[in-house]
Amino acid sequence: MKKLSKEPLNMLIAGVGGQGNILLSFLIGKALVQQGYFVSVGDTYGASQRGGSVASHVRISEHTCYGSLIPSGHADVILSLEPAETLRMLCQFGNPDVVTITNTRPIYPSDVTSGHAIYPKIVELLKLIEKLSATVIVIEATDEAFKLGNPIFANVILIGALIGSGALPLDKRSLEPILKENFPKEFDANMAAFNKGMKLAGH
Amino acid sequence: MASIELDASGTTQLLLGNEAIARGALEAGIGFAASYPGTPASEIMDTLASIAKRMGIHAEWSVNEKVALEAAAGASFAGIRAIASMKQNGINVASDFLINLTMTGIGKGLILVVADDPGAISSSNEQDSRNICKWMDIPLLEPSNAQEAKDMTKWAFELSEELDTICIIRSVNRVGHTRGNVKLGELPKREQRAYFPNIWNMFEPKLSKFAAGPFPWLHNMLHQKLAKAQQRFESAPFNWYMGPDKAELLIITSGASTACCTEAVKELKLDHKVGIFKLGTTWPIPENLVRKQLSSSQRVLFVEEVDPFIERSVMELAANLPTDSTRLIFYGKRSGHIPSSGELHPDVIINIIAGLMGITYQARDITYEKKAKELSMIIPGRALNLCPGCPHRATFWAVKNALQLDGRDGFVCGDIGCYSLGFAAGGYYQLRTMHAMGSGIGVANGLGNLSKFGFEQPVIAMVGDSTFLHAAIPALINGVYNKSSFILLILDNNATAMTGFQPHPGTGMTATGVPTFHIDIEALCRSLGAHVEVCDPFDLKNTTTTLLRLMAEEGGAKVVIMRRECEMVRAKREKRFPYVVHVDPDICIGEACGCNRVCTRAFQCPGLIYDQEARKATIDEAVCTGCGLCVDICPHGAIIKKVVET
Repeated sequence: MKKLSKEPLNMLIAGVGGQGNILLSFLIGKALVQQGYFVSVGDTYGASQRGGSVASHVRISEHTCYGSLIPSGHADVILSLEPAETLRMLCQFGNPDVVTITNTRPIYPSDVTSGHAIYPKIVELLKLIEKLSATVIVIEATDEAFKLGNPIFANVILIGALIGSGALPLDKRSLEPILKENFPKEFDANMAAFNKGMKLAGH
Repeated sequence: MASIELDASGTTQLLLGNEAIARGALEAGIGFAASYPGTPASEIMDTLASIAKRMGIHAEWSVNEKVALEAAAGASFAGIRAIASMKQNGINVASDFLINLTMTGIGKGLILVVADDPGAISSSNEQDSRNICKWMDIPLLEPSNAQEAKDMTKWAFELSEELDTICIIRSVNRVGHTRGNVKLGELPKREQRAYFPNIWNMFEPKLSKFAAGPFPWLHNMLHQKLAKAQQRFESAPFNWYMGPDKAELLIITSGASTACCTEAVKELKLDHKVGIFKLGTTWPIPENLVRKQLSSSQRVLFVEEVDPFIERSVMELAANLPTDSTRLIFYGKRSGHIPSSGELHPDVIINIIAGLMGITYQARDITYEKKAKELSMIIPGRALNLCPGCPHRATFWAVKNALQLDGRDGFVCGDIGCYSLGFAAGGYYQLRTMHAMGSGIGVANGLGNLSKFGFEQPVIAMVGDSTFLHAAIPALINGVYNKSSFILLILDNNATAMTGFQPHPGTGMTATGVPTFHIDIEALCRSLGAHVEVCDPFDLKNTTTTLLRLMAEEGGAKVVIMRRECEMVRAKREKRFPYVVHVDPDICIGEACGCNRVCTRAFQCPGLIYDQEARKATIDEAVCTGCGLCVDICPHGAIIKKVVET
């Protein structure tokens, strides 16, 4: 078990209901527990999942299980499946030291589609995300997932990017058996997505 | 193999709080589990059902919570440990049986897990079910994390048998829906044989135990059980104190707030000044332990969700303390220091403790805070919406149009399920009433019987298939019997969708995946004497004309079954629709068309977006399921579906 860069190490996984937040936090949490860490994962279930903003709070410690929610301003890593959600999370949980890994593909809220609200241009949005982060890793995860045949792979690509970034005390070897266990039939495709993510994060 | 069935005592697994409760029940050797789906309780039964066959237990989704508890009690009477689980609204449904059950006692250990939803995150209220324990004299346990949830569940079975009464475990959203490290215990290996003690002796309470009746001594016996529970709670492993011998502030807390308080004290570096007294057994409260702890501080802060439950109990106790302890100062919901409603987020708790200790708390760098506040203003909100491809969207669209065309100010009485989102934009703001399971049709019963007061508005009640079977059948019978006039739309999507697509008696499948008799909702409604029609919600024209016709006809209780499978359930099986949908940019002329952007402004399927640069509607191919419903919405024929090989 590697020593944590911070105690506790707080990670947020942000997205929109249906994108696979719970799966991501589950896979990462499982890998962390297998490495010997104490982990708390607070997820969003039920009604609030239906197209709403969702966030999984992953709290990693060498000593104890922390509460299920990260206090405001205390996120160390933000992994996000949707760029407006990245900014939303930064505004509440960010701080000058936060490492941000974000997808670029927007999912438009109904107020934007109907013309009642404006969704910032992606270029602008990424600039603002940079303003509120110490480091930003931008991953075109959905576009890459389409190349792999299914937009749903975006989430496993992002796990790859997270591991590639070195923001968590996990490596490829710690994730591989967990992906195998959870995707017995589609392991190869998911591993390809994972490797793609690692590569995109500079590995 | 799922983590919760591992015969690997001593190993650590990452378990959801609800999975941990299921594991605790397995470690206690349960043989029977029953539940009705409801957030945040559903995963207890989801988990038990998934391993039931292999573990040799009976696990069922019951038709409602009352039957679930009754069935579990039946197993207990025959000597099989049993667990019933439900959300906070469910315990109200079960309450009539529950209070009588406290009179008779149990056979083998019987536990009811009630999962409350502070903040009403996925509920229509934030009831604090602990009050029921006080009202009904039921021993109450409150876990604070996944490990404790497992340990407490196992412990509760022993307690239940020792006291000969049902015990309640009250979980909350942030316990049941939080994953954490859980060290597994032993799984018992023993053969169980069920046998009902077939004895009846009215004058010997010990022997007549499974019948409640006009026997006040049973109530007295229950009070004795509760006194014994209090004694056991004095030394229960779930109550602890952490902090200095004499504290400047004593925090009394329970449940999910425990970890928040611990973190807040650490964050504010107050470990040497502030003590935390955590209670896991909260009714009856362990009076001696509490009395002892109260002597460690003059100032006491109560941190609990939702009602001031422990707060009231402790203050009641303090009123009987010697006079010198009347100098105790209490802070909590009663004093206004803790918000009287909503979930207690860590930020709230940190700030309250900081305030009481005279500390200024700054969560992060001030310049950053300012910038973040400013930027948060530009992020568009994200309203909840029905999923792309959802048949309910089609139903709401037809209902909205039919009511408009009818023109007599008709409206919809709503109910509990995914279609509750009909109160918002996703269902075109169509719902006018929404309360409990089955209440839409119940309320419609009254509205539909007001003609003698000049009431002429058409009344539509809307209920899902699972909710219909759970609580709406008596109301439909009532409507037919008492000649009320309404149209009941049964949104039959073949699943309990909102809570995780669980099967129900209308699906022909049990919780454990065994095929079973399929309740024919259509035939059932006909047999009750209602006029019944069936529509496919995706046939918008037929649904709209059917509704218009039924509203125009003579009164009476009419049922329209809107039959189409939940898209999420269908997609898991069949992957995608055999269509690819696109907007023809040569035909769509955006705002220039007279349609007022009906597809993106009114219809609001998440799969349809508006390209601001091209000034035309377009399909978001990462979201669209290819259902093709929107093809019928565009008045210009610009949305096109092509059949493709799948």
